[in-house]
Amino acid sequence: MSDAENPSNPTPDEQTDFEPVQVFDDETEMDLRPGADNCYKCTTCDTTCPVAEVDDDFPGPKFQGPEQWRLKRKDDEDIDDSITSCSNCMRCDNACPSSVPLSQMHNTARGEYVDKQMDKLSREYLRNRLLSNYRIMAEIGSKVPRLTNFALNNSLVQKVNEKVLGITSERDFPEFAEQTFREWWHERGGAQVSSEEKKIAYFHGCYSNYNTPEVAKALVRVFEEFGYEIAVPRQRCSGTPMFANGMLDDAERAAEVNVSEFSDLIDEGYDVIASCTSCSMSLRQEYPELFEFHGTAEVSAHTYEAMEYLRIHEDLESEIEDASVEEQSFAYHAPCHARNQGLERQAVELFRELDGVNIEDVGDSCSGISGTYGWKDEKYDTSMKIGEEMFDHMEHAEGNVGMTECPTCSMQMEHGTGYDIKHPLQLLEEALV
Amino acid sequence: MPIREDVLVVGGGLAAATAALAARETGRSVRLVAHKKSTLRQASGLIDVLGYVDGDGPRADPYGAITDLPDDHPYRIVGEEGVRDGLRLFDDAVGDMYAGGHTDANALVPTYGGTVKPTARYPNSVAPGLASVEEDALFVGFESTTDFSAPVVADHVVAAGVPFEARGVTVPFPIRFRDDARATRFAKALDEDEAADDGRGVRRALAESVGEHLDGEERVGFPAMLGDDHDEEVREELADRLGVSVFEVPTGPPSLLGLKLEDRLFEALDEAGIRLSTGNPAVGYEADGDRIEAVYVDRKGKDVPYHAEQFVLATGGLVGKGIGSDRERVTEPVFDCHVPHPEDRYDWSESAAFGGHAFARFGVVPDEELRPTTASGEPEFANLRAAGGVVGGADVAREKSASGVSLATAAVAGGRAGEEA
Repeated sequence: MSDAENPSNPTPDEQTDFEPVQVFDDETEMDLRPGADNCYKCTTCDTTCPVAEVDDDFPGPKFQGPEQWRLKRKDDEDIDDSITSCSNCMRCDNACPSSVPLSQMHNTARGEYVDKQMDKLSREYLRNRLLSNYRIMAEIGSKVPRLTNFALNNSLVQKVNEKVLGITSERDFPEFAEQTFREWWHERGGAQVSSEEKKIAYFHGCYSNYNTPEVAKALVRVFEEFGYEIAVPRQRCSGTPMFANGMLDDAERAAEVNVSEFSDLIDEGYDVIASCTSCSMSLRQEYPELFEFHGTAEVSAHTYEAMEYLRIHEDLESEIEDASVEEQSFAYHAPCHARNQGLERQAVELFRELDGVNIEDVGDSCSGISGTYGWKDEKYDTSMKIGEEMFDHMEHAEGNVGMTECPTCSMQMEHGTGYDIKHPLQLLEEALV
Repeated sequence: MPIREDVLVVGGGLAAATAALAARETGRSVRLVAHKKSTLRQASGLIDVLGYVDGDGPRADPYGAITDLPDDHPYRIVGEEGVRDGLRLFDDAVGDMYAGGHTDANALVPTYGGTVKPTARYPNSVAPGLASVEEDALFVGFESTTDFSAPVVADHVVAAGVPFEARGVTVPFPIRFRDDARATRFAKALDEDEAADDGRGVRRALAESVGEHLDGEERVGFPAMLGDDHDEEVREELADRLGVSVFEVPTGPPSLLGLKLEDRLFEALDEAGIRLSTGNPAVGYEADGDRIEAVYVDRKGKDVPYHAEQFVLATGGLVGKGIGSDRERVTEPVFDCHVPHPEDRYDWSESAAFGGHAFARFGVVPDEELRPTTASGEPEFANLRAAGGVVGGADVAREKSASGVSLATAAVAGGRAGEEA
């Protein structure tokens, strides 16, 4: 190249301090240009996108990310509304051989779309706001769990939800537990094991607090069995449903609380453990990509999924090899968000070694629900089409109990097959505690 | 005790998968650590061994041509035996999905660009299209797949001097998709025999529209998007309806043939009991003297050690990012192995685009058992071996030897790693 052959900087040393020229005058915004430039249009992301596979009108991640970003350089270009059809499964991140930060670009574009282009009085906006703030609904609902469970799954209420809010009536709402995990935790008097060296702070998220406290309790019992002191600090939603709906302000408020609470504990020697792979994904990847609170990087670096942490820090494999459980068979589905963290094989590889257990991976397709996505009336059919391959593989698997780490994948698995669904921590508890 | 196996393979492509299989054959526990989705999905799906030596070819006998290669070429280090062992591992893994194993000679396959490429193994769907078959061919492209121009492909094939006549036609695909529809979308439509725009089944509609253009040709070639899970059924139905044989021309990304090969190889890894961790990059290591104890995998800011007795580096070359470069130097980023290169970076390339570039041969320098060596020729580590594109000395694009180099070095590196673990 001519600029390299005739450098304006006379010495090679100066040339290595080469600074990129600021071409666009948007220095205050996050600079996604290197990401866009890294895309060489191989389309691997498009062929990995579960939405593009079933929806011919969805242009795919390559458009939503680098191409849309470039189009936006022109001031009068709006964000294309197809961005709301992205389910934020983040598979494109894992697919890109050039490390283009696709999901970061999608999150940013979606945030901008919701902020600048969406009618704040529209049914869609209100519905999405409500769905992404599930925790607030759950907080109220779980005060009177029986009444809420009855009311939410009343077919009349479901019809009203669908007509008025656009929440599909095809799905049954997950039941609220009679006692939340946090209530149980306080009732038992908090941590039962104390340790100077082995300390974890549990990010239980919303679902295992309000809906499946048995998963959270399993985590507590397994980690206490290994001698860990557990803290359960104040926490908000991880932000996952908010990112997926472009509600970045809501996500930021929640993230600020989480980062502050958990980074204080990290300073005291705790690592952060999540039982939901989307929660751990959010703390690990989306927080540092989107926010700049003090402690964000520390929280990201110190957050682990529960079984991942035990695999790294304990001899989990030998413990499992020495254990046995009653004969049972599982159809395991790896959540998309587990894939990006390198966790999609751990449950299958580990439980294959457990006496009494038959476990089968039901393939690498997406379950299709993607959090709040499959709850939307207009996305329900897409969601079920994506899930078809998984349902089919589940039905052909030997086991008739499903297993997954993700709460909404488990809703979808149950919805599509009628199987009971377990979290790997529950089997770990059965084997080791 | 943390994550530990006997052998750890770093990488996710053909070399890594094959090295893992080779190590597993010795009975050891094996884990493969890969960063992203396998690059196989971007590959043509052809398995080339050796087609040209220093620009001279196509060579009919890839094995015979090995001795003409320079001394530092990976084939000279692993020898014919290594190459054959690599192909054996490949043939065992893919079973009857591939053809070409019946002979030592290269097959000549028409490509997406209309060139004729010497290759050692090819998917079954490619077989009826071989350039050595003396049957006239009709190449068919679709109006919306603008990167495949059937008339141009046909003209190029004829210009290559093949022993048959070839013609190309462009037809509309019977279902109108969005203008930038992907190859996978066409494949799915044929796979499920979706309804064409006029209500006929898409396979029938396609066959009938192509049939109108047939003028005595004995075979018809399409870009490789004829179905996915039911590809054989699609091809048979088209062939039945057309009354001639039907073949696929391998494509660039997204490559259905590459995707199918990736699926098959990773199934083979699973069947062999090889463990997989994908999604995070290997970024460094921990060593005790000249032995590596663990490879560090970066999980978003935190390094996680993966322990093993023996390690295989199969992270790819300059394109696969197993070899890195900046304006000053060329490096191997995980273990910082020695990568020789001219000091002046203007000597890294030739002025002719298709010349014998130095950069094409950049890579680690292996000893006789494929351990990367230091500048003074000593092994960098006692228990680290290298396979595939990260190994220097081969100009795989010019030689048409990329897959073969991956298979052969992987067979030797993986096998030795297993034996010594």
